[in-house]
Amino acid sequence: MEGSILQYDFIIKGLLGAVFASITAGLAGTYIVSRRMVFLSGGITHASFGGIGIGYFFGFNPVLGAAIFGILSALGVEYLSVRQKIREDSAIGILWAFGMAIGIIFIYLTPGYTPNLMSYLFGSILTVTNADIIALGIMSLVLVLYFSIFYRTILYISFDESFARTYSSYINIFKYVTTALVALTIVLNIRMAGVVLVLSLLTIPPNISMIFTRVYSRIILWSVLAGFIGTATGYVISYFAGIPVGATIIFTLVVIWIIVKLIYQKVRKTRISN
Amino acid sequence: MANLLEIRSLTASYDTNVVLEDVNFAVNENDFTGVIGPNGGGKTTLLKVILGLIKPVKGTIVFNSNLSDCNSIGYLPQISTGDVTYPVTVTDVILSGMMIRKKILSRMSAGDKKKAHEVIDELGLSGLENSPLSELSGGELQRVFLGRAIIGDPILLLLDEPGNFVDSTFENDFYEKLNKLNSRMAILMVSHDIGMISSHVKSYACVNRKLHYHPSSEISNEQLLAYGCPIKLITHGEVPHTVLKSHS
Repeated sequence: MEGSILQYDFIIKGLLGAVFASITAGLAGTYIVSRRMVFLSGGITHASFGGIGIGYFFGFNPVLGAAIFGILSALGVEYLSVRQKIREDSAIGILWAFGMAIGIIFIYLTPGYTPNLMSYLFGSILTVTNADIIALGIMSLVLVLYFSIFYRTILYISFDESFARTYSSYINIFKYVTTALVALTIVLNIRMAGVVLVLSLLTIPPNISMIFTRVYSRIILWSVLAGFIGTATGYVISYFAGIPVGATIIFTLVVIWIIVKLIYQKVRKTRISN
Repeated sequence: MANLLEIRSLTASYDTNVVLEDVNFAVNENDFTGVIGPNGGGKTTLLKVILGLIKPVKGTIVFNSNLSDCNSIGYLPQISTGDVTYPVTVTDVILSGMMIRKKILSRMSAGDKKKAHEVIDELGLSGLENSPLSELSGGELQRVFLGRAIIGDPILLLLDEPGNFVDSTFENDFYEKLNKLNSRMAILMVSHDIGMISSHVKSYACVNRKLHYHPSSEISNEQLLAYGCPIKLITHGEVPHTVLKSHS
């Protein structure tokens, strides 16, 4: 009896996790892929590991530490590249490694064994708490509202920022808010896919959609769907095969990407020959 | 002819580098003014000052009441500002020109979309409504960005090096379209390519830190003092050229 309740809880958690992960990753992912911010997002992800280490050491929720580090590093890259005139990719490279270094130092200094460390690096559905799922759910709601209310503004600022500046003085606020939301999305998905793999959860689904559509709103919708299929399938496979969930999800998504690409090329070829 | 805007003893600079100095200049209704001058001479800066993107260090710009807070200015920036591989359709790019008249929360109405289709028809882009920019030719791309600049029915249109978009085969057609638009709006066009456009341009402003205004479309070589020598042809600095002595 107890076993079946646990199993039920596990399935619900996995299902909700897959839904919320694909919504948040689909929205934030479309933004970073179309704006070519993938490397910046990689920097945010790895820098947030510093927050996880500090959380462990001082005994507060590591996800909170990661969120603070993620947002600060996103703004830090902007600060270093604009104010200190350091090239953006160099600034990202510095913060990327600095965050990882802080994380490793503090985890090393934390007395005793840290069993969850692997789950932060590679993701694990087993360690996902109800609070994590609720946080991801709230994040999904916030992102859906933000993107539907400000759809055109987000689209146009990321397409042509300098033109957008001719009609609005809110450009910087939008850039900072959107980047902060991306950072939060990444951090909240770290539990699912892990620091090392979470970026692919954001970047692969939009790249699947962009094989067959170039309309921004459709890229978002297809990304959420592709993300859900990949996450749910990966989750089931990882459960039955007993392999880490983060790696399985990413592997599944890449396989979907390859299949869609092959099908599209085939369809295109037959269309041309007809 | 009503005055649209008047620039009075304006100085603009980037940090300590003065780009425009003591500029006096006015734009009137139905003007078609070519803004010419060497690279780094301040042509683009002049447009950005008018758009309010750069605050002048000294001097003022007085706008006609119809032009207040720059809401009736259309702007075609240099091509480099928009990412043409970005996933966005022709209709969406043209609609973005409507953002000038919108509050931050407002959406595109059916009227806006109808207007976008009118612009698409007028500029000969029918059939490409849902095409991504990456599938367009240089000439089509240029017309899409022109569409974005004119969808809000501006009374002043600012064009920054529109000739940069395309090879010369598209140019005639493009300048014909501008000529038509000129009946509805004043045009201020930054260009290094005056030979091609002089048949439509009515007046010239030569900008090289200072601004010299020439009211007639006939360019008198002696008057183009901004360059320090008589000018027949203007190219960018990197273009190799030879100046032969005049025959005795």
